[in-house]
Amino acid sequence: MDPSRFTRIDPMAWQIEPTGAMRVPGVIYADEGLIRDMDEKVYEQTVNVATLPGIIKAVYVMPDAHWGYGFPIGGVAAFDADEGGVISAGGVGFDVSCGVRTMLTSLSVSDIKPLQKDLADSLYQQIPAGLGSRGSIILDPLEMDSMLTGGARWAIERGWGETRDLDRIEEQGKMAGADPSCVSDRAKERQRREMGTLGSGNHYLEVQAVSEIFDQEAADAYALKPNDVVVTIHCGSRGLGHQIGTEFLREMLPAAAAAGITLPDRELACAPIKSEIGQRYLGAMRAAVNCALANREIIGHYARQVFGHLFPKAELTLLFDVSHNTCKVETHQTDGASKPMYVHRKGATRAFGPDHPDLPTDLRKIGQPVIIGGSMGTSSYVLAGAASSEELSFASACHGAGRAMSRHAAQRAWRGRQIIDDLEEKGILIRSPSVRGVAEEAPGAYKDVGAVVMAAEEAGLARRVARLRPLVCVKG
Amino acid sequence: MIVQSNMHAPGWEGFPHGADVGIRGWGPTLEQAFEQAALALTGVLTDADVETRNSVEVECDAPNVEVLFVEWLNAIIYEMAVRNMIFGAFKVTIEDLHLRGTIWGEPVDQKKHAPACEPKGATYTALRVAQGEDGTFLAECVIDV
Repeated sequence: MDPSRFTRIDPMAWQIEPTGAMRVPGVIYADEGLIRDMDEKVYEQTVNVATLPGIIKAVYVMPDAHWGYGFPIGGVAAFDADEGGVISAGGVGFDVSCGVRTMLTSLSVSDIKPLQKDLADSLYQQIPAGLGSRGSIILDPLEMDSMLTGGARWAIERGWGETRDLDRIEEQGKMAGADPSCVSDRAKERQRREMGTLGSGNHYLEVQAVSEIFDQEAADAYALKPNDVVVTIHCGSRGLGHQIGTEFLREMLPAAAAAGITLPDRELACAPIKSEIGQRYLGAMRAAVNCALANREIIGHYARQVFGHLFPKAELTLLFDVSHNTCKVETHQTDGASKPMYVHRKGATRAFGPDHPDLPTDLRKIGQPVIIGGSMGTSSYVLAGAASSEELSFASACHGAGRAMSRHAAQRAWRGRQIIDDLEEKGILIRSPSVRGVAEEAPGAYKDVGAVVMAAEEAGLARRVARLRPLVCVKG
Repeated sequence: MIVQSNMHAPGWEGFPHGADVGIRGWGPTLEQAFEQAALALTGVLTDADVETRNSVEVECDAPNVEVLFVEWLNAIIYEMAVRNMIFGAFKVTIEDLHLRGTIWGEPVDQKKHAPACEPKGATYTALRVAQGEDGTFLAECVIDV
């Protein structure tokens, strides 16, 4: 994008002034290089979101932004239910509550090196990944509804997880307000055999090593030391969330028209929060959040089993579990007053700063861990939410590297087998059912995650705590 | 890109999209354009041959032909997910915005099909169903994978 199209309100903040039907400005947080490389569609989609009724303050866009559906990926927008504000199925996306969790292992790189190959093979064998993989858990209708209301708590009650994990999961592992009766039979049917599966696309499980510490105090609080081994899981609400997204997107098209909302893009399909369909979507979307929380808890349990088998002294504890495709009711400041609002984060992570009351007491002094997934072969980062994110972005930060190249281009540019071999030489073991899938997810197809997290830090959204380098990557 | 002289022959292709993939089908009838686009959807997932030993019937409705196209693709994606199948042949009839389809395929075999990704849903992005000046129908949209 051409930087001259923006008002530069800060070295790291680029404002789109409200024109036409825009109700509020758009603000993109990035350095000049990221802005120049950013897809033109990000500008267009930011402008479109700014036209929606009831929007508060501004549309905020994270440094990893790219072309999404309706909302840009990396978009944050909050709505006021009392001012005709909307909830948008497109603004949450098809993969409801897709997110990342990182678990500490109590092991160091030297502990796992002798068994690294066994570890890669066991994780790949035990954790279903990719199209056509099935989990061993089959849910009957009663269990389905318990899962949809109980989230990670449900998983733990069934023996797939540990109670102490709950403090380190958003919403303490259970999203309130979930209503399974708002979830269609087709969505439930799609999930019946998908619990504990990783999925595909950019989803993965990685074993990583802490390779750099940026903030010693925060790293101590998060219990991260150089050469420590951690496990990071990236996945979401699987078929259930995809089906809910599909169905409500279609249903919200006429609902928006009936409410007199002019949609600049069909993917922005939305409905007033205070409407029958708006409330029904909230009930279904929250159930899908629970599905994602349960799914990540179960996969974490499988990882514990594999580590426990290979490394009897290993103890896997959860650092944190964050979602980056959600709409949540949160209280934020606007016009000098605290107000509850419906915050959509599409490809953006909640990033509560120090002293936030929703943080567990042992993390409150430092701020919320914000986990940023890289791509296979490159670094991931652990950040800490900054106090300034409250004012800048309704306490939000980036979520990943963000794609820089289409799957088509990546397929032409790389051969999956070559990538697997090259990474193996660097000590990174890839396990995937598809070499073509590996080419499409090639590290070079993503933006430089280092530049993205640096921009997030300089913009004041979150600060860097640690860098993680991959050792094993299981790709769906 | 599409070559004009071939436009009357049915065909399909994928096209690039930022993070996901676009699919496009064309043919002398609307039904064939829909069938070809479904082949493009399978092409996104696998380069392997798909055997057409089992058939599944699907039906959908929509207020217009573009939404009908998205519904058709989502019906296939749904059957893939719940039956754990991949499909390689498609037959469509459309009457008054009501679609009936028969889709043929086989269970997913990760070794044989080595699926590159899993479709989450068909989207309204780059959605277009149109008839060209030469009479050829075209149907295209982006799939979230």
